[in-house]
Amino acid sequence: MADVTSGTSATSVVTSVTPAAIALNRFGLGARAGEAAPSDPKGWLKSQLFGASYQAMPQALGVQPSSSALAAEFADRQSAIRNAGADDKQAVRKSYNEKLRDIYRAAVNARFVSALQTPTPFVERLVVFWSNHFAVSVEKPPVAMLAGSFEAEAIRPHVLGRFEDMLVAVERHPAMQIFLDQARSVGPDSPAAERAAARHPERKPGLNENLAREIMELHTLGVRSGYDQNDVTEFARALTGWSIGAMGGGMGAGAQRNDAAAPGQFVFRQPLHEPGTRTIMNRQYDQAGEQQALAVLHDLAASPATAQHIAGKLARHFVADTPPPALVDRLASVFSATNGDLSSVYQVLIDSPEAWAPVDAKFKTPWDWTVSSLRGLGFNTLGNTQIAPLLTQLGQPVWRPGSPAGYDDIAASWAAPDALVRRVELAQRFASRVGDTLDARTLGNQLLAGSLSDATASELSRAESAPTALALLLVSPDFQRR
Amino acid sequence: MTTRRNFLLCAGAGAGAMLIGSRMAFASVESDRRFVFVIQRGAADGLNIVVPYADPAYASLRGALAIDPSSATRLDGTFALHPSLVETAKMYAAQQALFVHAVASPYRDRSHFDGQNVLETGGTAPYQMKDGWLNRLVSMLPASKANAIALASTVPLALRGRAEVTSYAPSALPQAPDDLLVRVSQLYSGDPQLHALWSSAMDARGLAADAGARQDPASLGKLAASFLGRSDGPRIAMIETGGWDTHSAQNQRLGAQLKALDTMMASMRDGLGEHWANTTVLVATEFGRMATANGTGGTDHGTASAAMLLGGAVQGGRVLADWPGLAPSALYQGRDLRPTLGLDSLIAAAAGETFGLDPVHVRATLFTQKTASPMSSRLLRT
Repeated sequence: MADVTSGTSATSVVTSVTPAAIALNRFGLGARAGEAAPSDPKGWLKSQLFGASYQAMPQALGVQPSSSALAAEFADRQSAIRNAGADDKQAVRKSYNEKLRDIYRAAVNARFVSALQTPTPFVERLVVFWSNHFAVSVEKPPVAMLAGSFEAEAIRPHVLGRFEDMLVAVERHPAMQIFLDQARSVGPDSPAAERAAARHPERKPGLNENLAREIMELHTLGVRSGYDQNDVTEFARALTGWSIGAMGGGMGAGAQRNDAAAPGQFVFRQPLHEPGTRTIMNRQYDQAGEQQALAVLHDLAASPATAQHIAGKLARHFVADTPPPALVDRLASVFSATNGDLSSVYQVLIDSPEAWAPVDAKFKTPWDWTVSSLRGLGFNTLGNTQIAPLLTQLGQPVWRPGSPAGYDDIAASWAAPDALVRRVELAQRFASRVGDTLDARTLGNQLLAGSLSDATASELSRAESAPTALALLLVSPDFQRR
Repeated sequence: MTTRRNFLLCAGAGAGAMLIGSRMAFASVESDRRFVFVIQRGAADGLNIVVPYADPAYASLRGALAIDPSSATRLDGTFALHPSLVETAKMYAAQQALFVHAVASPYRDRSHFDGQNVLETGGTAPYQMKDGWLNRLVSMLPASKANAIALASTVPLALRGRAEVTSYAPSALPQAPDDLLVRVSQLYSGDPQLHALWSSAMDARGLAADAGARQDPASLGKLAASFLGRSDGPRIAMIETGGWDTHSAQNQRLGAQLKALDTMMASMRDGLGEHWANTTVLVATEFGRMATANGTGGTDHGTASAAMLLGGAVQGGRVLADWPGLAPSALYQGRDLRPTLGLDSLIAAAAGETFGLDPVHVRATLFTQKTASPMSSRLLRT
């Protein structure tokens, strides 16, 4: 029985969390079994930003197909379904749906393996943060195919770079174009609309304002930050023409038969673009064609409202569900002062005392908890485990947040009765694979870098078997928060 | 389990698109009456669900998206019901379904997330209030054995609040042995947050033992009925549905959504049997969709929508609407169906009449809007 030996009272439930534990768990993805805790926690984090050890395309992801390969495959699927005889249609569709599911699962597994193996867990956490900020959802079949390539191509290369570069890459990516219905949005007075109206007056194509609204509300400025419905509509007009090569099934512009653009590849379609100057938040945009929406994105990225919005979300992710306003302001000013240089923002975060409060305020999301559990048990690969269905059981299916706002980043969304039971069920399964090769008491002290609470240590020492003790460690209050 | 029992919340991440991420939450109180709130997340298109076929502007505004009145169920001289709502139409014929049109919460912008926040908290502006109106409704009722049980990983905002909430969902994972569960209880004994959640979860397991694990619409309706039908079960439930944000391919998607909703409601009705007579189900969304079709076979975000009251307790067979019309000058900001009825008034009246509570008191407790006017007529049977 581990007794209370330090000066703390036996009833105290608050254990002071060490800086090494904070670096490993709050900033990182959890310690790995057998790995030494960083002796210089801040230096360890900064070296991940500036030390060139971050891999934009790690080995596990490098073997995954690109968006152009996937989009071409999707286009093949659509035409195979279209061309199949009435008797075969069902079978063709079924076989492609299975393929699509396999592609999605492989992408989720690859993402997970990168998280297990990464030399830069802080940056990998940021990848997931940004991927959730710019959320797409795999409810739409082509997005299910493309979601992994979206993160690899639009998020990962820019996670340490400039916000605006990431923003532009995201909005042009086929996954986002399809998810927020941009590819087929047509300027009401564009040449394409007039031609279509002449042919079918009752089916005049026109605007879809979905992407424009969510860029302003979710990706940049944030809701209630001063723009109005007219600004959204004007931005939607500016965005017309932003499209992708046809993928069949109505996923390209007008499902054109002889599209010169490769399937899913970003293309600006001048005939769809609404002619004229746009006015958005009292600014005039008279640029031609594709440049018009790029100019708007540039201004949105540079807006103080965007800096506040991003700063607030980062502070919420790393510090507390209700982040300290002083910290948010500090992050926002460095965001503005550096024109959205993200590494500079992260550096200020690392140097902020609020981020090193010795109490764990954040409840791990299902993704965080699963990643840290398997890292903690020493897994480097997955074997036959499929991660996608596991995360669905835990309530956070990967790339499927159910809304373009992404998953919530507060405890109330994840700390719920059933969620705890699921984690217990899964912890038991993980632990049984390790058997008695790890001692939970030693491991607990290592993973929590000297912050394991006396209460938890005592329960671990009472467990009837090694796997039970490991399962308890994974579901302990100490391990479920960061 | 004999401990206190307040809520039951359950989720199915299931088969139909509508039920993806859908969740149920229940609360138990000392009453024969049942109240269920079905939230439609994503802004359901009221104009194509309860169709104003007689409005001269409807067909031209909607173009190819317009619902053909000859295929729809005619409700009265103005409105018709979407053809996918077959069972709901039967409820209407049996005077167990009432529709309310041109209805909206106090929220007037077009963000889903702010709109749902206002709808669920009962505030007048987003993030003004921290707890949900359904949670406050429970606190107005005499609690019985009272304990929280949930069938979901998360608790919807309308049910968050002072009253303890638990969750449960049919799990495909291997069950943990009792020994481990007991040890976890001990492990959490010193942690107030996790201790409360864990105790609720263990209570939920006791109730849910016979409640099937399938998550399609019919099974979800049956599951809800199996909880609500128990004499010691919950009396208040919440079901979350998603997938209503039809910016493209609306006709096909909305048809599938409504079929799933219809199936779930029929299954709940059949599962409840004699208790259906004591049941009120409110179906509502955060806001409606633009009066005109957009350029991509769908509709963009709008303002007023339609709500439904279903159940044997409802004095149905009616459409309540102060119809503003769809002429260009009548539209809100020149683009949306104009709200003429407050969703908060509807909710307060439906909840108050269900449990026989003082209407003024209910409205004041559930909603902050002071100007909300009472409904012009009773909603439920006396």
